[in-house]
Amino acid sequence: MNNTSLSVLPPMPHPTPTTEPFWQGLAEEKLMLQQCDDCKEWVFYPRTHCSHCLSSNLEWQQVSGEGEIYSFTIARRPTAPPFAGMEPQYIAVVQLQEGVRMNTVIANATESDLKVGVRVKPCFVHTPDAQTLLYFELA
Amino acid sequence: MGLKGEAAIVGVADYKNERKYTGPRHFFTEQFADLTHRALVDAGLDKNDLDGICCTAIREANMFAPATLAEYLGLKVNFAEIVDLGGATPVGMIWRAAAAIEMGICQAVICAIPARPIPSNPIPSPTADDLRFYGSTSANWGSPQAEFDVPYGNVAQNSGYAMIAQRYAALHGYDERALAKIAADQRSNAQANPNAAFYGKPASIDDVLASPVIADPLHILEIVMPCAGGGAVLVVDKALAAKSKNRPAYITGCGERLESKSMTYQDDMTRTPVGPASQSAFAMAGKKPADIDVVEPYDCYTITVLLTLEDSGFCAKGDGMKFVTEHDLTYNGDFPVNTHGGQLGAGQAGLAGGMSQVIEGARQIMGKADDRQLSRCDTALVTGTGGIMSEQSAIILEGG
Ligand SMILES: [Zn+2]
Repeated sequence: MNNTSLSVLPPMPHPTPTTEPFWQGLAEEKLMLQQCDDCKEWVFYPRTHCSHCLSSNLEWQQVSGEGEIYSFTIARRPTAPPFAGMEPQYIAVVQLQEGVRMNTVIANATESDLKVGVRVKPCFVHTPDAQTLLYFELA
Repeated sequence: MGLKGEAAIVGVADYKNERKYTGPRHFFTEQFADLTHRALVDAGLDKNDLDGICCTAIREANMFAPATLAEYLGLKVNFAEIVDLGGATPVGMIWRAAAAIEMGICQAVICAIPARPIPSNPIPSPTADDLRFYGSTSANWGSPQAEFDVPYGNVAQNSGYAMIAQRYAALHGYDERALAKIAADQRSNAQANPNAAFYGKPASIDDVLASPVIADPLHILEIVMPCAGGGAVLVVDKALAAKSKNRPAYITGCGERLESKSMTYQDDMTRTPVGPASQSAFAMAGKKPADIDVVEPYDCYTITVLLTLEDSGFCAKGDGMKFVTEHDLTYNGDFPVNTHGGQLGAGQAGLAGGMSQVIEGARQIMGKADDRQLSRCDTALVTGTGGIMSEQSAIILEGG
């Protein structure tokens, strides 16, 4: 659970048949990642074919979501008009312990918390649109 | 393998960069024709010499841009190419043209990018909004960016480049004065370029650092200013180069590297694709960084220039800030960089922004760079950068 509420609703993702299990997982507060049955590498974002070996034998696995901030920025102007009112945006790239990286927002943090290498964990943000976004917060 | 250096730039043309364009409006077909005519006049060649066309997407046609343009210009061509590499497009165009010429399928290729506003559409297009909102990020359904970048606000360019800079800072430290000096030195160069958007408006390191932070650590004066403009480059074979009235700038080396769309997934955000691209260009030309008289690196942000200098081998990884601090990057300096002001000093005319670097490299070799002309310029390295360091290209130009 989380205490993150959004003052402005960002543009929502529109899942595809391939990505649906990822978003469905988030709705249930589970982080689902694909792992390749052939080369055993982790794959993100969700695909039909492994980005390491192009095998189509990808299996969904639940992971803890523990990781660290790979990089971040504090956007002091809205990055696009739909984000007006959300600034400063704490935009980050998080690297999970499985090695994959993803775009996210750091929630429940102050500016001084934002550092490359800081440990983070998932923060599931349920929106009024019935979509769940994957933010992260300090672990 | 690679280019033998038998194709040369012999003519260039560009529009003045203008932040608020108030002149007559023309379609891309019309601007393309005008830029082509100007480049031919500059070279002292004529339309009948042309048998190749290289373009970007045009506003008037979603598909078939080369055919639309060739027909409009009344050209029958043996090489028809459209390049879609964002800011790396202009450099990508030049080496493709050179390769086609060296293969012998054509003798003269016009590479042009219009970037002035077109006439106002009486029937507004509903798709223009997404383009305006998200810059290089696609919000189309099914695009990975629409699902995994846009909802988190990592859209357009500023946040991506800012995160590259933050990662660099965490690994190598961050001297903001060194980054600001890149913008200030290039702004100095723009004072000798009447076509620059910031002509008559110098800016010091302190001015850059006093400007608002847009996305930490990037100040607004470390980010390009969009403007109207346009540019064209004429690439020809040896026989036509001998007929041209300009000193030819032969394309002796090239390279290209694309690693991802979002920078999120790059193996190492601080080691950029221009590394392999420049290495390829140097190896093909048989040159090394110390042989280069002028560097015209793509400069959407100050961090782009810093990483391009490091990854192209002018200094070691992590030494870029010391390097730019110790060198004078102006046209009077010991290490001239973006002698026309770059896009930071001259403005970014859409996709034609990167063409300004090709044009300036060629002009320095031709000896036609006016008040900013280097006393000696026989060799130039020009780079292009598309997306968020997604795709980068490099060429080496040498005077004939
Ligand atoms: Zn695999």
